[in-house]
Amino acid sequence: MGSFQTKSKVSKPQNPGGHGLKENELWQLSGLIEYRPRAKYDFSAGQALGIFLEKLKEGKIVGSRCPRCGRIYVPPRSYCEYCLVPTIEIVEVPDTGTVHTAVISYIRTTRERMEKPEIVGIIRLDVPGYSTNEYEFAGLFHRLCGVTPEDVISGNVIGMKVRAKWKPPEKRKGSILDIECFEPLPAYGNP
Amino acid sequence: MKVNLQVKDRVAVIGAGLTLFRRRMLETPKELSALAVQQALDEAGLTLKDIDCVVLGTAPDAFDGMHFNGEYLADGAGATNKPMVRVYVGGGTGVMVPIAAWWHVASGHCDTVLAVSEEKMSPARPHPQYVFAYIWDPILERPLQPNLIWIFAMEMRRYMAKCGASKRDIAYVSVKNKKNALDHPSAQAAANITADDVLNSETLVWPVNRLDISPVSDGAAALVFASEKIARRMTDTRVWVEGTGWILDNTHWYNRELAYPRYVEQAARMAYRMAGVEKPSKEIDVVEPYDPFDYKELHHLEGLLIAPKCQAWRLANEGYFDRDGEVPSSPSGGLLGVGNPIAAAGTMKTAEIYWQLTYQAGARQVKKPVEKGVAQAWGDLMQVGTVIVMGV
Amino acid sequence: MVHLMPSRPRVAIIGVGVYGPKHTIPELSFRELAFEAALRAYRDAGIDDPRRDIDAFIGCQEDFWEGIAIADEFIPEPIGGVLRPTFTVSGDGLQGVAQAYMLIRTGYFDVVSVEAHAKPSDIRTFDGIMELAFDPNYLRPVVPPNYHFYAALEAKAFMELAGATREDLALVVAKNKNIGLLNPRSISAAPVSPCDVLEAPMVSDPLTAMDIADPVDVGVVVVLASDDTVSRLGVEDRAVWIEGIGYGTETGSFERHEIGRAPSVRLASARALGEAGISNAFNELDFIETDDRYSFFEPLTLFEAGITQDPIKDLREGTFDPGGPLPVNLSGGSLSWGWPLEATGLLRLVHAIEFIRRNGGKGLAISWRGIPTYTSSAIVVSGEG
Repeated sequence: MGSFQTKSKVSKPQNPGGHGLKENELWQLSGLIEYRPRAKYDFSAGQALGIFLEKLKEGKIVGSRCPRCGRIYVPPRSYCEYCLVPTIEIVEVPDTGTVHTAVISYIRTTRERMEKPEIVGIIRLDVPGYSTNEYEFAGLFHRLCGVTPEDVISGNVIGMKVRAKWKPPEKRKGSILDIECFEPLPAYGNP
Repeated sequence: MKVNLQVKDRVAVIGAGLTLFRRRMLETPKELSALAVQQALDEAGLTLKDIDCVVLGTAPDAFDGMHFNGEYLADGAGATNKPMVRVYVGGGTGVMVPIAAWWHVASGHCDTVLAVSEEKMSPARPHPQYVFAYIWDPILERPLQPNLIWIFAMEMRRYMAKCGASKRDIAYVSVKNKKNALDHPSAQAAANITADDVLNSETLVWPVNRLDISPVSDGAAALVFASEKIARRMTDTRVWVEGTGWILDNTHWYNRELAYPRYVEQAARMAYRMAGVEKPSKEIDVVEPYDPFDYKELHHLEGLLIAPKCQAWRLANEGYFDRDGEVPSSPSGGLLGVGNPIAAAGTMKTAEIYWQLTYQAGARQVKKPVEKGVAQAWGDLMQVGTVIVMGV
Repeated sequence: MVHLMPSRPRVAIIGVGVYGPKHTIPELSFRELAFEAALRAYRDAGIDDPRRDIDAFIGCQEDFWEGIAIADEFIPEPIGGVLRPTFTVSGDGLQGVAQAYMLIRTGYFDVVSVEAHAKPSDIRTFDGIMELAFDPNYLRPVVPPNYHFYAALEAKAFMELAGATREDLALVVAKNKNIGLLNPRSISAAPVSPCDVLEAPMVSDPLTAMDIADPVDVGVVVVLASDDTVSRLGVEDRAVWIEGIGYGTETGSFERHEIGRAPSVRLASARALGEAGISNAFNELDFIETDDRYSFFEPLTLFEAGITQDPIKDLREGTFDPGGPLPVNLSGGSLSWGWPLEATGLLRLVHAIEFIRRNGGKGLAISWRGIPTYTSSAIVVSGEG
């Protein structure tokens, strides 16, 4: 039994401090300063992601293989995070896979509502020879197209076979957006 | 890492303080910190002069709109002319701060430590959710213009598919926590609602509705840690830190099974080993798992080994985690009910375990007798588990 | 406050790894920089399997330096911290070392890795980020476009208090940039004379371009271990022992700061030297590596750390020159190898460790977090086992 059980009748926290404001009260405060940070960056992709982005331009998805444990990482990293050794070999992997999870977004990054909802999810890529365990897999986060909200809600989408839908070669820039989205393989019926 | 270490000097929590949690607070980030610090010191019967060291937590600097946000907060957090360090594991920070306070004392480096967490999300424009656009990988993820809720919705969808839980089953957590929060003096989002209210609220990213999510909040929380010698001298209302654990999983959340948080399990195992807890589902009397979303509490109860895998939603709906249930979970009202000023929320959860174990929780006091409790937070890109076990 | 328990383990630094520094390392991402440094540090430490043998991992970084909110997300993979106890210190690398030191002193942890990196070459609006560090209500509306003004104010006040002239600051610059010619990591070393410094373009009076260290890219990792582990791994010859460590914050507000002084260096050094049992630092230390991201800061730290009451007189007399009674910045300092953001303290420590490995002895390293912060760290390291 707790030794304090009989001691205290108080309720903590007592009178927590501070003053809440309504939105209009906030805007009426004097001395409010509006400030837009000047924060721009040129992110270095580095060795492994650099190759990944280059290959996207060619319509290919590549991963990197760990020489010690054999894991194939997609997207590729320059090192195996489980063995901590450099991954030297870059391997091409199929642009097909299965949907691990998918959701329907009705809002934008900024929290405004979208006119047309967008479906996004995780694609577990088909990587032959990769000994997947239950928990880890090679995969990408991307948009799904040709999938209906009903598929997401019913759960049909989970486990669905999909393939990358590539932008035309002349429009590819070496960006993750060179893949427009992942769409169901024909056998699964594209509504 | 060593286990079964004979520890001569234990580390105690001897006071806790909170501000109100609100959507918009009048006070500056420094002032919020100072209010929480003052209350924690008063409760511990100490003054700032008695404090050796300060550990500070605040999550993305972008909310406060400050580079070096920890440095900026220093004087508000009571760190003037003191050693101060800011530890940071995203949303997991709220429990990482108490963990860091523990090692400050357990190492013999300091006798008294203030653990302070602050978050002011309201200044961010156009909406605080926009700040989260910058947590994503700038090369692979940001081009898709994600909203933070996407990642939670993907995880929730996966949990539902793998564990057979419906949206209604999960909504129970929101109902429970918002109701618990009616008894919390700091609460921002306390309410008597039903599962239907959750299901009928605005769908943001299916399967996530507005009432599945904790609100945007401003607020601060503080705890006072002390060595055994000081704790015994100062107060009877103290609890001991029995175990701490923290684990980071890899960055690539889309290369992992999202239905189960293995990193929370490993962090919990680390803390339980240190605390000598062998059967957590039997030995833990009260638990404050991180609940920024309702399914997250279930996810974390499983990771903490309080519920078997995929069973937490079932137990929750049977009342197992209610305040008068077998293992009360989020008796404070959690992030869903009290509010979610990111770093401060996890520290609020740690404070709740302190108040529960010292029988100071008033109307929130759980029905069963309590001797051991756990607080946990989670963060980064589905990556972090931070766990603290406390006992009397 | 200090109560050292005889049963607590002593702590040594057993491995160091550095990749860079360079003004820009475009071929590697910041994660790859961290990985390259980690590989080198773990080999240096004699650790076969870092995934098994390291108990905890600490990364030191700040969100706006990275351009990523919650940059902590990216730290476990490259340093071996996946599914291990890993966390970020939003602070200088030496503050990270202090956390690692405490973790080992709890008795639960035997080996802890501390990482810090800098990729300022990825930041397109460096001055914009610096401005974002200033108080939003009070300072931002009035700050001049050149953020170095903040250091220049300090420099003027310090010169007044210490009786220093611009020529004295130029002596510091010339000393460090010349020493740096012997350090392969120096990218801004040069055979310059004090006259060259005085004639360099003025950035913010009294600081010229040569008085200010350049931001540089780098990855740095150091490995700390308990005394038992040092014996178990058989790395006694490489181990450099931590005799004392401290850090301190003066305030978070410009208006509360003691201008022209560095109370945070005072707090940090007092703790580090006290823990090391050093009462006469000038006599007991063999060398000092201290913060010189701005030239005036070197003599200021020497004053605040209690090394000398008159750092300017000592400077003029050559006390701190190589071969002098107490050499300061034998690495060439930041004026030679740069200002790698949160990795600055760690890189300074690496140089101190390398000197001790070569020559033995006892050294003090001091690191400030730079403008506009009032936080510093200090560490005393020794070759004596």
